[in-house]
Formats: sequence, C-alpha cells, structure tokens
Amino acid sequence: VRFLFSSALSPEALVINDPDFQHEDLNFLSRSQRYEQAIRKSSLMVMKLREHGIADPDEIYWFKSFVHRGRPEPLDLHLGMFLPTLLTQATPEQQDRFFMPAWNLEIIGTYAQTEMGHGTHLRGLETTATYDPATQEFILNSPTVTSIKWWPGGLGKTSNHAIVLAQLYTQGQCKGLHAFIVPIRQLGTHEPLPGITVGDIGPKFGYDEMDNGYLKMDNFRIPRENMLMKYAQVEPDGTYVKPLNDKLTYGTMVFIRSIIVGDSARSLSRACTIAIRYSAVRHQSELKAGEPEPQILDYQTQQYKLFPLLATAYAFHFVGAYIKDTYRRISGDIIEGDLSELPELHALTAGLKAFTSWTANAGIEECRMACGGHGYSRCSGLPDIYVTFTPSCTYEGENTVMMLQTARFLVKSYTQVSSGQRVTGMVSYLNDLSRQRIQPQHVAARPVTVRINDPISLVEAYKARAARLVEAAAKNLQAELNHRKSKEDAWNRTSVDLVRASEAHCHYVIVKLFTAKLSEISNAAVRAVMTELCLLYALYGISKNTGDFLQAGILTDTQVNQVNQHVKELLAIIRPNAVALVDSFDFHDVHLGSVLGRYDGNVYENMFEWAKKSPLNKTEVHESFHKHLKPMQAKL
Amino acid sequence: VTAPASKVSLGYDSVLSGVNPDLASERLTASFSVEKLTARLDGGAEHTRMRRAIVEAIESDPAFSRENQYFQSQNERYEAAVRRAVHLQKKMREMGWTENGPEIKYIYRWLSGDIAFLLHRVFMRSISVLGSDKQVAKWIPLATEHQIIGSYAQTELGHGTYLQGLETTAVFDIATQEFLLNTPKISAMKWWPGDMGRSATHTVVFAQLYVHGKCYGVHPFIVQIRSLQDHSPRPGVTVGDIGPKMNFEHTDNGYLMLQNVRVPRENMLSRFCEVQPDGTYVRWGSQKINYFTMTTVRISILSDEVILPLMKACTIAIRYSAVRRQSKLKPGEQEAKILDYQTQQQKLLPQLAAAYAFHFINIYLHELFDRGYQEIQGRNFDSLPELHAFSSGFKAMVTQYCTSGVEICLRACGGHGYSLLSGLPSLYTRVLASCIYEGENTVLFLQTARFLIKCFMAASAGQPIPPSVTYLSSAKPGKCPAKDKLDFLSPDVYLKFFQFSRLLSSSAAKLQHLIQSGAEKHEAWNQCTVQLVKAAQAHCHYITVKIFVETVEKLDNKAGIQKVMKHLCDLFALHGIFSNAGDFLYDGYLSGAQMDLVTASYLDLLAVIRMDAVPLVDAFDFTDKSLNSALGSYDGQVYQRLYEWAQKSPTNQQVSPAYGKYLKPLLQNRLSKL
Repeated sequence: VRFLFSSALSPEALVINDPDFQHEDLNFLSRSQRYEQAIRKSSLMVMKLREHGIADPDEIYWFKSFVHRGRPEPLDLHLGMFLPTLLTQATPEQQDRFFMPAWNLEIIGTYAQTEMGHGTHLRGLETTATYDPATQEFILNSPTVTSIKWWPGGLGKTSNHAIVLAQLYTQGQCKGLHAFIVPIRQLGTHEPLPGITVGDIGPKFGYDEMDNGYLKMDNFRIPRENMLMKYAQVEPDGTYVKPLNDKLTYGTMVFIRSIIVGDSARSLSRACTIAIRYSAVRHQSELKAGEPEPQILDYQTQQYKLFPLLATAYAFHFVGAYIKDTYRRISGDIIEGDLSELPELHALTAGLKAFTSWTANAGIEECRMACGGHGYSRCSGLPDIYVTFTPSCTYEGENTVMMLQTARFLVKSYTQVSSGQRVTGMVSYLNDLSRQRIQPQHVAARPVTVRINDPISLVEAYKARAARLVEAAAKNLQAELNHRKSKEDAWNRTSVDLVRASEAHCHYVIVKLFTAKLSEISNAAVRAVMTELCLLYALYGISKNTGDFLQAGILTDTQVNQVNQHVKELLAIIRPNAVALVDSFDFHDVHLGSVLGRYDGNVYENMFEWAKKSPLNKTEVHESFHKHLKPMQAKL
Repeated sequence: VTAPASKVSLGYDSVLSGVNPDLASERLTASFSVEKLTARLDGGAEHTRMRRAIVEAIESDPAFSRENQYFQSQNERYEAAVRRAVHLQKKMREMGWTENGPEIKYIYRWLSGDIAFLLHRVFMRSISVLGSDKQVAKWIPLATEHQIIGSYAQTELGHGTYLQGLETTAVFDIATQEFLLNTPKISAMKWWPGDMGRSATHTVVFAQLYVHGKCYGVHPFIVQIRSLQDHSPRPGVTVGDIGPKMNFEHTDNGYLMLQNVRVPRENMLSRFCEVQPDGTYVRWGSQKINYFTMTTVRISILSDEVILPLMKACTIAIRYSAVRRQSKLKPGEQEAKILDYQTQQQKLLPQLAAAYAFHFINIYLHELFDRGYQEIQGRNFDSLPELHAFSSGFKAMVTQYCTSGVEICLRACGGHGYSLLSGLPSLYTRVLASCIYEGENTVLFLQTARFLIKCFMAASAGQPIPPSVTYLSSAKPGKCPAKDKLDFLSPDVYLKFFQFSRLLSSSAAKLQHLIQSGAEKHEAWNQCTVQLVKAAQAHCHYITVKIFVETVEKLDNKAGIQKVMKHLCDLFALHGIFSNAGDFLYDGYLSGAQMDLVTASYLDLLAVIRMDAVPLVDAFDFTDKSLNSALGSYDGQVYQRLYEWAQKSPTNQQVSPAYGKYLKPLLQNRLSKL
C-alpha cells in the first residue's frame, strides 16, 4: 500500500480523477441530497479501500480525506469509534460475533454517548442498563427527556447498531458507566426495532452530510453478552467484576485531541491560503492618488490581519506533529503498563486542544472577514471551513473545561514545587519558584533581559509570564480556600484566573516548540523564513497580551513599543513570501473548495460561472413570479 | 431511578406544562421591575403597549410563521420571503398600517428582515432623496403600488467600499438623448444587490457618467431590467442570483451585466445634477446632503440589524444557562446550573452589559443625527465631519462587538448551540454580514482616525475642535489614585482611563516623524494604520462608556432600575479595562497591583449581576416566536422543545432515498453492485 504516497499514484489520481467520486457542487445541494452523496461516496470508498488493500489507519484517514475533501461523512463513527471500540473493549467471543459483520458493513454502528442533558460531564449521563438475572438480559431505558441520546453521528438514518454508554445497575446498585452493543434497526428492512425511537436531530450550522441522531429506549432488552466485557464484567447471577485500570482511556483521549490540534492547523491553513491568495488578486482603493489601485495585500491593516494567522498555522502544524510523535513514543510504554508520562501529556493535550481550536476558530473568521463581501458567499469556501471546524471547540471536551483540566495539573505541579518536590517536563519552569521563598518577591519580578529579535529569549519571556500567572492563580485559589469552606467553590471563584494560567502555559509551549523546530531545518532559506514567522508569532502574541508582560515586569514600556514596531517590520518582510508560504501548504483546488482561493487566481470569471449554477437560477423566470408577484401586481 | 423534579418526565410527552422551575426561580429574585425596565427600553409604556399589539397581530397570523425556516432550502426560503412580503401588503391594508406610520418599525423588527423587497424600500428611498420632483412623481406611485419592483445596484464584483473605483459606464448619446449603459469587464458586473437576482423589474444602477468623452464620476440611473409582462430579462441584460451565502438565503442577491442598454436621459436621478439635452453637465444644490444620507444609513442599521441580534443571543444563552445543569459544584448536591460557573458568567455577562451599552449609545446617536439634520436643513454644515466620524466609527465598533458577542453566546451553549434550532447560528451569520455592508469596518475605523488626527493637530495648534473630542487636548493624566477595589466602581475613576489619548498622540507623532524623514504622506499613513485603527476604537469605546454613565445618572431609581443599570455600566467599563490591560499599564498610569484590584472588582460584579441575569434578558421582551429558538423560550422547556421540533425535520418525515439506493446494498454486502 506504499503506493498511496508515491508520486506515480497519488491520492489525486486515485480519488480526485476517479469519475465515480464526482458530483455537483455541494453548496447547491439540500441537506438530504448532501447526505445521499456522502453515503454514496462512503460506500464506494469502502469498496475501493478493499480493492486497493488499504488497511493502515493513517492511510485510510488520508484516503478518506480525499474522498470527502476533509468533510464529515455518515460512516465516520462506524470507522472511527465503533470498530476501534470493538477491538479494544470486546471479548474474543464478542469480536467473533460482531467484528467481521461490522468490518463487512452488514453491521453499521455508531457510538452513543452524549445525551440531550449531558455532554462533557460524563458521570452525569442518565441512560440506564439494569441487569435482569431471570432472563440474563440488560433492560435499557431513557428515563427522562434529558437522557435521550443526542448528537451521535450516523445514528439518525444510517446505523443499525450502536454502542450505548449507560449507567449499569445490578443487584440494586449503580456501578457507573459501561458500554453496551445495542441493535437499533431491523436488518433487512432498516425499520427501528420495537422499544427503540430513533431519528435525525435536524439541521445544524454545518455537518449537513452527517445524520446526527437521537435515540430513546423503552425497556429495550439485550442479552447479557452484549455488554462490552473485556475489562468490567457482569456474571450470569449479576455479580459485578471491576475493571483493572481506568487510566487506559486517557490514551484514546490523547490520540483524539492530537487529531484536533492537527485539524486546527489544517483548517487555519486552508483559510489562510484562500484569504492570502485572494488578497493578492483583489485591488481596491488607492494608496497614492493617481496610481492604479493596489493589491489589498499591500495594506498594512490587511497584513496585520493575515500574517500573524499564517504564522499561527505553521506553529500549530509543529505542535500537532509534536503531540502525535510524543504519543507514538509513549504508546509502547502504555501497552507495557507504564503510564508515568500519560498524566502530563493528557493535561497538556487538553489545554492545547482548547487553545488551538479557539485560535483557529477565530482565525478562520478573521480570514473570512478579510475577504470582505465575497468571503460571505459560499463560493469562497470560508463559511464552510468555519461551520465544519467550529464544533471542535465543543466536542471531545468543551474548551473551557479542557483549560481547567490543564489548570488542575498546573496547580498540582505548583503545589508539589511549593512543598519542595521537583517537577519535570513542560512545567519544569515552576521549579524556579523555590528561589522565590528566599527572596520575597514575585517570581517573575526577577529581571529577565528580553532580546526581542531572538526567539530563544522570547521563549524565556513567555515562560516568565506563564510562571507568574500560574503562581497568581494558585495563590488566589489558596486565598479563596482560606476564606471559604468548600474546595469546589474556591475553584469556581478562581476559574477565570485558572483559565488564564492555562492559556499562558499553552502559549509558552507553542512558542517553545516552534523555536525548537527552527534548528531542525537544514535549508538556510527555509530556516530564514520560518524564523521570521516564529518571531512574528511570538511578538504578535506579546503585543496582544502586553498587560501580562507589563504587569509582571517582564517587559518595559520601551520594549513594548519595540515589539509593536518590530511586528510591523516583520509584516513588510514577510509580504513578498506570503503567497509562496500558503502555496507550500499544497492544497489541491478540489480540496480547497474555494473560488477565491484558486491556485490560478482567476477569481471573478469563476465566481460568475459558479453563480450561474445556483438553484435559484435553474429557470430564467423563477416560479415565485407566477405564484406570488404577478397575482399581487394584478390585485393592487 | 427517579427523575429529579426539575426535569421533564417522559410522561409529559408533547405537553409543555408551565415554566421550568430552574427558570422560574431566577425570576423570583429580580432586584428590579422587569416591566418598568422594558418600558424604559421602549421609550415609554405607551410604546410597549403598541409594540405588543402589533407583535400579537402578526404572530397570530399563520402566514408569518417562521417555524419551518430552519428546514427550508434556498429556493423555499426565497419563495416564503416573497409570499410573506405580498401578504404583508394585504395585512397592512387590513390593519390600517402605513409605511410612514409609527407601527412600521415594530413590524419590520418582528420580521427580523426575513422578508423580500427590503431593497425595494431602498430603491424608493434613493429615488425620493436623489430624484427630481418630476422623477419622484413618476416612479414613487408605481413602486408604492408594486407595479414595479426595485433594487439598488451599487456594489460590483471588483469594487465595494471604494465607490470611486466602480467600473460600470453610462455614456450620454446626444443623438438619441439616451444613456448607454455597459459592463465593460467582468469585475464591473453588479454583484450582491438584494431583490435583484429574481424579483426586481427595475434597479438604480450606479455608473461612471461620460459626456463628450469626459468622465463626471459615479451617478445613479434607473434601469428597467425585466419585462413587466413575462418577467424575462430585457435585451442586453444578463441577470441572476449570485448563489448560496452564509445567510440571507431568503434574499435573491443578484448579478447584473449590461450590454449597450439604453435608458432615456430622464432616468438619471437629478435632484443634484443633470445632463441637459445638449450634453451640458450642471450641478446644483450641495452634495453634502447626499453625503449625510450615507452616514445616516450606517446609524440606522445598528438597532435592528446589529444590537437586536445581540439581545436575542443573550436572551437565548442566558436562559439556557439557567436551565442547563452540568457537573457538580458541591459534592452531594444536584448538578449546578452552568450560569453559576464563573467562566460561563465571564463569557455571557459582559455581552449582556454591551447590549445595554449599545442600546443607549444608539439612542444618543439618533438624537445627535436628528439635531444634525435640523442644522443641515438650515444650511449649516459645520457638524458634518463630526457626524461622519461618529457614524463610521460606531458602525464599525458596534457591528464588530456584536458579532463577536453573538458568537460567544453561540459557543457558550455547547453542542446544542450548534443546532440551527437554537436560533444562534442564523443570528450569528446574519449579524456578521453587518461588519462588511455599508462600509468595511477597517476602512471605516480609518475614516474616524483621519478625523481624530485632524482634530488632534488642530487642538495642538490651539484651534477650536468639536465638543466630542475636546478630551484629546486635556492634560496627560498622572497616576490613578484608586487604592481599593471599590474605588474602581466610581465612574469618575474609570472614565479617566478611557479618556487617555496616547494611542492617538503617538500615532500623530509617528506620522509627523515619518513625513519629516522623507516618507510620502500616503506611505506614512499606511505605516501607521494598525495603530490608528486602535486609536479610533479607543475613542468610540470612551464615548460609549461616557454615554452609559450619563444615561445611568439620569435614570430615576424607582423600581431598582438605576442600581442594576449602574452594575451593568461598571461591568462594561471594567471588562474593557480587563481586556485591554496593556494599554492602561503602559506609562504606569495603573500599577500592577491596581490592575489586580480591577480584576477582583470585575469578578465580583459578575457574581452580583448573575442574580439579575435572567430578568435582565426578560426585559428585552422578545416573544418565543420572534426568538425562534428551542433553547431560549420563556418557559425554559428546552429539551422537550428540542425533541419535538427535531421530529418535524424533513429528514424524519420522509424515507431517505439514500437507504434503498446505497445503504441497503451496502448493508447486505453487495458492494460490488454499486
């Protein structure tokens, strides 16, 4: 299967040029039509994957992203959650019963976790699975409206099975959340089974091709053997056997969050490609009276909108690669049972998932706004990138909750340092706090001599800022604890500070990783331009957060001025390379899906061609004329 | 397992009974009278009564129902908008409402712009303002009777905010006494005008006027684009819809290409200038009044198109946050309302404060413009530059702030905010268009900055400057005197913060420095634009805080209104300082320790306002139908409503053709037959 990555048979050749995968522009299709197209392509894709013998997860992901052009599709949950969960949590007997039928798509499954009333806080889920020893069955119920499963992809119309997460009750006791394989539709007719109410949750901001669904169960019975029992078990008489280790699930979460960091980088790169190419094509107004209208990319305000985002896109690429590599490196240890590095990685990825998805989300919108009115048309591709990307701020852990998870780890590390222990990894800068007890002053008030042209020196500045904000949050938390009784209350009253601390920590990590990357680049010209982007990323971050740096005494007023000035100089330096830097992302026009962002820059002609295909233009005179306008004119 | 009392049991299927106790309890603790505040927002209880009567009349008419809007395709949305517009004409006659009556603003406000022929109104207004008496007499009755349907074609594929760059041409032909209109190249095609893609029969086209080979700049022409008999395009006219957008799917934004289209000489709108039969170009009256119209449009969109969406988004997000429970704040207790989390308060409550701040600044701007209009009627144009600067800067600031505010509300509702049924995605995609139309925001901020720089220079030279900017010439403040976190709740203290003009003065200094060191003027300007945008934003921010403070001072404190408004005003101000800490720490006006006090004071305010959050959005007095949101309804029966509404989705009403065609073969493992 290596050929996938050889130039002779690229994904372009396999997918983009394959007539089977062609279809009308998705922007002109209704939701039902988009769903239908997606299902058609998914079915074909499965067939072609088998034909080409592609089985490696990375290569499947790659192939899929070309078939669906980076868009969601109804089999996502089957391929991404249902099959892997069977592999990791099913017993050998269960694998025999379910895996091959699922692999052959006689069973299409989804993963039903989120409920109407509960998302990120899993322990609050309300669906129940009560064991009945008399018949050796579990009775599944959705006891309240809030307990209806809501959002799972592929559940609405596509799947005939679901892995359902429910509170397990046996021998009168609640044993917490467990996973059950639940058939939901009749094989053959695809009708819902008695006791199952299932459907589509209706239109959303994006994800038109996905049938996110609801599922309500009324005394629905499944055999005891349908509980996934590789770890926890319920014996025939109802005796519950506990699982060995629950930290294992961390591994999956780290993996999924690393994918979101990569998505943030990719989505932002696509948006930057479109906005920067269009800004080179669009001419507007005059800089100098009497001269031709300049490219809008020559305006300082336009550069100030776009180039920091370009630098951010590169930064996030490196961060995504780092997490993926780290995860690969330690996943061997995880299988061996060594979980020592996992808590830090878990805490770090939670914060980075939130940081990168928030930044990319805002960045995509900034790119769209920078394209003026045409950015608002769906032909720009930007509305679509935004609506597809924006739910990643919520799914796989709501961002604010993620930031607070990272904060919990930071506070824990701070407490360890305060009690004389040393900490390692990305938080090791907290060790410097030990000196603080000798000198009764703010940790960050120590003079840091910042050289604003030197990325390594800027990493130190970000480090000092993170240290100061972690310390401030930890101290505020302690002060609240001294005043109030409950831990939770104190935590809540400090949470704004805690989120700020996490953000500063993540920002530091990103600047550090970007800077570290520079020395690995062997080509001098590439290294030079990457160094400019790295400097821009770091300096722009300072200019947007000058309060933190001034308050902690890391920078002086004069240095803040220099930072602002240097940011503007870098804009001018990057300007000649801007288009080349987005060309390097190497998005195929078909994948980019944007008239404004075309590689050839022939924007206006193609906008006109595109508009002619709009559904409202199907007939020269719209039927509303005959139905409404004409009768009104006759009557008035 | 028994359901907690606060949750709706399935036994209540399809019966929405009473107000969710989680929302009811929020209303019991209000520190002020909601009804009185509503009346204050409406400008008097009389207005509240009238508004409610009109809303009632519209909502009780099923023809105006928007229940299905989230399920409809672009074609269906367009048809529904046309149907509603036609029905509205009938309704208005029935009810005795008129276009110039006091009811009209409430009607359009309720419709939320989800109706066709809005550009028809702009078409009529432009003829009334720019047309001669003769032209008004000819066209306005036809348009009023809908014998013709108009649009307004200014923006082109290649040009938007920069009007001088428009490329469409109108060449005067003395022989036939006609103008010959042309789209000389693809970028000159008219692009975006609403109602033009499918509906309009006529449009006002803005084109470069040429007489005897000389260009006289951009002028407006009435052009018939479709047949009045069969609605087909007129010869030489290529017209159609520009395709799907992020929102406004009900509007047929159009393109228009003109090839040697001839219109009579009388079709050039000629209140201010005319081409005479022999080709002589004459101009009379002042162009300035024309200019004034453009600036008033920027202010006129703020209320309904920009501030109202933020108020609706706050209503939805805050009510939902009082109903949604998630995770536990204290072990053993019920899961907490997400509105009790500090992080959630920090997202939503500053948006609520901003909605009120902008409501008041909007009233102020309208008063200012009414006064300005009077002066201009009296041929006094002195206040025009200031009004222009106001309209540009505030249009940019309010649209930008409200857009980001609505998005914050959307994301604060987690997964359910992403459903169209929450109402939030469509509010967001609508309000964000306002950052671009009627002038792109960055360009507008720079116009304000140009005015400020001029005033600053004038003040430095000892010349008089308009009252709104006199603060620019006040002495540089020393150090902030505040010692306690309560000191920061004093308007006298925080207003000083916003008065600081360092951004402007340093921009001015840098501009001069660049010019003195040999840079050309335009290049020096371009090099300072990033900071100039910030300076213009800071100016508008200051005026907004100032007006909020003055409004609060004038409120009488019956029914607790002044007190709660004072909290919101403080929050708006402190949030501004908290979010721009660097600007205030710079120069040492504020010390690091003082900044910590600001933060503490700001966080305390969140907890105080939290107690009134639901009553404060109730006071906006939106009906459930106008919110059109499963999450934001008054009774808080969120989950039941979401579930019942989803059942009505077309995806649940019909068997998807995808099953028989693709899924079935797939499930039965007959992949090869696809």
